[in-house]
Amino acid sequence: MTEIQAGPGAAVAAAPVSGDVPAIELDHVVKEYVSHGEVVRAVKGVSLAIAEGEFFSLLGPSGCGKTTSMRMIAGFEDPTQGVVRLHGEDVTSVPPNKRDINMVFQSYALFPHMNVWDNVAFGLKRKKVPDAEIKRRVGEILEVVDLVGREKRRPKEMSGGQQQRVALARALVNRPRALLLDEPLGALDLKLRQAMQIELKRIQREVGITFVYVTHDQSEALTMSDRIAVMNDGLVEQLAEPREIYERPASKFVAGFIGTSNLLSGTVQQITGDTAVLALGASDRILVPADGALAAGASVDLTVRPEKIKIAKDQPEGDLSVVRGTVSEVVYLGTYNSYVVRLGDGAEITVFEQNANDSTITAERGDAVWLSWQPWHSYALR
Amino acid sequence: MSRLRAALTPYLLLFPGTLWLAIFFVVPTVVMLSLSLQSGDVVNGYAFTFNWHSYVDGISTYHDQIVRSLVYGLVSTVIQIVIGFPVAYWIAFKGGTRKSIYLFLLLLPFLVSFVLRTISWQFFLSDNGLLLGPLKSLGLVPQDFHILATSAAVIGGLAYNFLPFMILPMYVALERIDPRVLEAAQDLYASKAQTFLRVVLPLSLPGVFAGVLMTFVPATSDYVNASVLGGTSNTMIGNVIQNQFLVNQDYPTASALSFTLMALLLVGIFAYAKALGTEDVLEVAAR
Repeated sequence: MTEIQAGPGAAVAAAPVSGDVPAIELDHVVKEYVSHGEVVRAVKGVSLAIAEGEFFSLLGPSGCGKTTSMRMIAGFEDPTQGVVRLHGEDVTSVPPNKRDINMVFQSYALFPHMNVWDNVAFGLKRKKVPDAEIKRRVGEILEVVDLVGREKRRPKEMSGGQQQRVALARALVNRPRALLLDEPLGALDLKLRQAMQIELKRIQREVGITFVYVTHDQSEALTMSDRIAVMNDGLVEQLAEPREIYERPASKFVAGFIGTSNLLSGTVQQITGDTAVLALGASDRILVPADGALAAGASVDLTVRPEKIKIAKDQPEGDLSVVRGTVSEVVYLGTYNSYVVRLGDGAEITVFEQNANDSTITAERGDAVWLSWQPWHSYALR
Repeated sequence: MSRLRAALTPYLLLFPGTLWLAIFFVVPTVVMLSLSLQSGDVVNGYAFTFNWHSYVDGISTYHDQIVRSLVYGLVSTVIQIVIGFPVAYWIAFKGGTRKSIYLFLLLLPFLVSFVLRTISWQFFLSDNGLLLGPLKSLGLVPQDFHILATSAAVIGGLAYNFLPFMILPMYVALERIDPRVLEAAQDLYASKAQTFLRVVLPLSLPGVFAGVLMTFVPATSDYVNASVLGGTSNTMIGNVIQNQFLVNQDYPTASALSFTLMALLLVGIFAYAKALGTEDVLEVAAR
């Protein structure tokens, strides 16, 4: 768990891999702070490899170490232990201004005393790019982020979305080999945020550079990323494609953090073939794919997504996981209905039912119902 | 009724301050302006005669003191910037959780009166005082070396006395700089020195501007430092005005000199604001 090595070779189809050298590599990186005389371990040993051209997200709750990890990639923090590599080169002790990567800051951190043009041209001027080329490149990038005609504006004269695009242009104009984005959409309202998500993905495809995206917003990460590292308490809990993370969460934490999940626990009754049968109550049985690690008598935590569960008044047929319960809550949510079903042992299960046919609801509050799902929709968690 | 009250509220709120300024600023200013154009003497009384002579004579007689005051004010202000900026910078960026303690320490001497502090400097700098006494007995400086009664003593006193009024506005401006903006500069390939020159310095200029206004004006018109620390050859225009008012009782000349000083300072401030107005300052710094 501590170190999930997911190099470009780790069978992950969506990660665009070019060559064998990862664009960014964290190798057993640890970061400790001293705060009020106590050592705080913000990052407790993270190893990951981000491929060239990949849209990679570090996802987790605040304080999970995702921002610290990103700041170590940028060079604003020195790792207490471990190595940071950019394109195979050890940059652990290289200062930020000597690293060929740029960052988009959480609150944009635009230079308040400069207009849009000077903000965007700042990096190129420091790199001593000839004036004519600065002019051309700044003009080009302002076109990409749709800010032509606003060159003379000061940051404080612009909306949040515009400032966001200036911050993006200011980083991208340098054509860095990787772009780090620290919750760049956090300050925007929902509509603008969704528009910018699509915009960011488009820009990333257009410029083709590696994006490392830090966010606590799971839907943002799922929407944009090629791969996601879910972090918790200074460690990577799971590193995989969005679909994999959602469908097969590797831990209780990931299951709970990404989307809505039902967590159940039971005891293995028997193993038949590649399926373990769990008993919950008298007429309940849950089927879980057995991967050899399960044995009869073992107690198991498992997760199942609300939209995978069928709710019915009659006992369902077939080789399904089946549990019985009583509806304790029905919420009409437009595109779907949400039920909360209380099981015999007091556990509650959330079920989503698509409003595909008509507006009738299957069950009312207080009804006894059968819940069922396919065995492969629930997983034993570590 | 309530609308009337709402309309009156701002005026009611301004009333005490306006009254204060009217009594203690506008009235004395008008009286002084009138005095500066009167002729006569304290025994026979004064009459308003539109007498410009007080100005002409005052300026030609005390030309040296006027120039000296402006030079002392300017030099002490520059010294305060040079000393104060690193202090403000250090407290703002390295002060951590102890910032307020450092600011308190900075202001601590100012719980003691301005005059007392200047007199203690007199003791400290005197020919065989705390500073020069030991140095002379060790033979490190010549026996006839002295600091008091030199322009250095006056300028030093001015710089010392007004320093916090320079540091505080600079500190406020530096404190307000988002540390992430500095990181952004570094991220965009700026070295530490370039970050300072391109980002920290321009963003701190409004504070420097405010600090200069708050120290140059009182330093230029000060008379305590010159009378306590300076000798007869280092008198400033403040000393002359004080002398004319209280000793010679030549009110027209004293008033004329006061207005001359005020006019010079106003012109200076406006020229300075025009040349380095905060908006323009930022514009220049961005290039």
